[in-house]
Amino acid sequence: MIDQYQAAIRIAAEHKTPLQICGGGTKYFYGNPITGRSNLLDATAYRGIVDYEPTELVMTARAGTRLVDLEAALDRYGQMLAFEPPYFGAAATLGGCVAAGLSGPRRAAAGAVRDFVLGVRMLNGQGEDLNFGGQVMKNVAGYDVSRLMAGAMGTLGMLLEVSLKVLPKPATEITLRMQLDETAAIEKMNRWAGKPLPISATCHVNGELFVRLSGAESAVRAAQVKLGGEELSESSVFWQSIREQTHDFFQSAKPLWRLSIKSTASPLLLPGKQLMEWNGGLRWLLGDESMSAETIRKIAKDAGGYATLFRNNESCIPVFHPLDSGMMNVHRALKEKFDPSGIFNPGRLYPEI
Amino acid sequence: MSPQELVKSLRSFLSPEAVLYETEDMKPYECDGLSAYRQLPMVVVLPQTEAQVIQILQLCHATQTPVVARGAGTGLSGGALPHAQGVLLSLAKLNQIIAIDPLARMARVQPGVRNLAISEAAAPYGLYYAPDPSSQIACSIGGNVAENSGGVHCLKYGLTVHNILRLRVLTISGECLEIGGESLDSAGYDLLALMTGSEGMLGIVTEITVKLIPKPEKAQLVMAAFDDVLKAGNAVANVIGAGIIPAGMEMMDKITIHAVEDFLHAGYDLDAAAILFCESDGGAEEVADEIKRIYAIMQQSGATKISTPQDEAGRLKCWAGRKAAFPAAGRISPDYYCMDGTIPRKRLADVLRGIEALSQEYGLRCMNVFHAGDGNLHPLILYDANQPGELEKTEEFGGKILEMCIRVGGAITGEHGVGMEKINQMCAQFRTGELAMFHAVKAAFDPSGLLNPGKAVPTLHRCAELGAMHVHRGEEKFPELPRF
Repeated sequence: MIDQYQAAIRIAAEHKTPLQICGGGTKYFYGNPITGRSNLLDATAYRGIVDYEPTELVMTARAGTRLVDLEAALDRYGQMLAFEPPYFGAAATLGGCVAAGLSGPRRAAAGAVRDFVLGVRMLNGQGEDLNFGGQVMKNVAGYDVSRLMAGAMGTLGMLLEVSLKVLPKPATEITLRMQLDETAAIEKMNRWAGKPLPISATCHVNGELFVRLSGAESAVRAAQVKLGGEELSESSVFWQSIREQTHDFFQSAKPLWRLSIKSTASPLLLPGKQLMEWNGGLRWLLGDESMSAETIRKIAKDAGGYATLFRNNESCIPVFHPLDSGMMNVHRALKEKFDPSGIFNPGRLYPEI
Repeated sequence: MSPQELVKSLRSFLSPEAVLYETEDMKPYECDGLSAYRQLPMVVVLPQTEAQVIQILQLCHATQTPVVARGAGTGLSGGALPHAQGVLLSLAKLNQIIAIDPLARMARVQPGVRNLAISEAAAPYGLYYAPDPSSQIACSIGGNVAENSGGVHCLKYGLTVHNILRLRVLTISGECLEIGGESLDSAGYDLLALMTGSEGMLGIVTEITVKLIPKPEKAQLVMAAFDDVLKAGNAVANVIGAGIIPAGMEMMDKITIHAVEDFLHAGYDLDAAAILFCESDGGAEEVADEIKRIYAIMQQSGATKISTPQDEAGRLKCWAGRKAAFPAAGRISPDYYCMDGTIPRKRLADVLRGIEALSQEYGLRCMNVFHAGDGNLHPLILYDANQPGELEKTEEFGGKILEMCIRVGGAITGEHGVGMEKINQMCAQFRTGELAMFHAVKAAFDPSGLLNPGKAVPTLHRCAELGAMHVHRGEEKFPELPRF
């Protein structure tokens, strides 16, 4: 299998024909379209769990493994992917999950995809089979190339295998809901995040704040008393709807902006409905025609972060927040080193790479 | 450029006391924490502002002069070993905590700020900076970023890479890059991860925004003695298998227990083959629950003695012994050499047996302390530098331990970095393709190779010369260990 991938990459490199690395195809909506005509490089055939030792908290799997299979294997031992990656479809693969670099509701408490990547096996633009990182928690031998792959949208290489740190599932999870306006919710979420409370996710939508508590039963109940609010009966259903964007808020054809900003930033002075996660560090915004991309990006920058046009990009606006020239030079130089012929997903992240 | 010309150029924008070039002034900078390697640089500079660092880099870039960055100089792999024809760039005077934002739980600091000073400054807000390398009283946050430092709590709280948000980095040409942000995610490639642990090879960090996290309400410790290292190793797996992520999980072997007990009288069980320290932290209710469960697991795993210090003084006394392992080694031996390898935890007993066999082969004693939760082993080889040939023998012994770590699926360095020390073992950890990519990554940032040249990534030529000693990962996934 790997031989075939290598051959396809070498031919593409020779002819400088772009390759579209393709997993389950669940996140085509995300990112820019590939520049020029490309051939498909189907990564789903290389699949399966390579090694999983629950007591080591490490799982190594081939990139084509479906997330649903991977999480089912973890579930048998009461473990999970703590970054709660959104699937956006049952066909979602591990490789696509790492390449897209998206994390779900637990991100502010537990960390992002990149925080759990321990090692990768990948093919570079010359078809060389390379291993970076490893299967251990601590490893500072060589540059951290494996984490660099998280969120690179497949522009630096084709992932073959990924080793991830996994974590035990919390014994108990409950969700509290309370009426709060945006300003008060931002204040509360950040205050609580500075206290030793077992908060594993927060979401503010339609004037209500939802707070998920995870951990030992005793810890969760003690925190519930401190936080107040009303206990939600369908806790996991709610968080699943946020993670997979099946919640009513997301059922809109308007451009969906994703602003990753400083968690304490004041409510965004923009028209359009908003939903907050990550203690205020993630703001989803349903845009409308009155707001230009430049305005939204300036507001995100002033709030200490970045804006991505996540979905419903009808007017072909560049999806990712522009980089300054110094940063773009580094990106270009890295792309050139990993993929000298520029064949992997060109333009998917930025036109220059 | 001659040393005289370089000094003259540097003094045109730096004060006289910020440019050291006399041998006796430069002496304190000739080595870092790995004192077996020493080298005087051409000149030492001690800038006080980022603007000065930019000027230094521009000058070095223009004159093609190598630059070696140095924080507090506590590193253990020779990463800050000076270059004979280069500038040693000390960042120790960039030592300001610029701002603490308690509500957003972050601090902006300069690279020369000591690790512990950040937690001290955050303490009034009930916050702290989580990574706590054992040198945290002295080591600088800039050095922590360069090495991706860990500590005893990193299984639960992560390494440096998990606890920083943003870096200001200067390239060798003096250009400033803002990497990351005050947000959790940022745009483009994850250069924050690439920069962390890059050992001063890609850029010079001039400002760091770190995450602060709430101090746990309570911490409690279970200390368990075992008559067999294998049982202690299994106890670690049993705790984790039960769904517990301890705040700290440390192990000491018999020789370490004796060395520490002689020194500190912490009340350790001298009959034990291994002692395990397992700490729980969090809310009071949670800790009480978890400690009960850990206690029961230790019992089921065959511990011969279990204690749970009931007060803070008792807890700290138990930890003091673990933290005193290095000075205790210094007490029973004229010199010791601290190694740093990681292994899958399940291979612990095999690896300790292997180390014991090597210890006998080389006729050198070896103490083992182990960050058991995350598989990071620190063998301390005891030797006497005054005995001719003993340092060389020690280095060979250490090299074999690291190669054993690779064979069992681990890595040659968990937290100390490669630096100068483990450059040969990099040839064993990686193949030509990976090493070539590392050189390419460096070239993407530093095409003329002026930043910390010769460290961290060996030349392919060097590896070829080392030749047949290589043990490549993957080729020996299931190694045969009986030869140890």
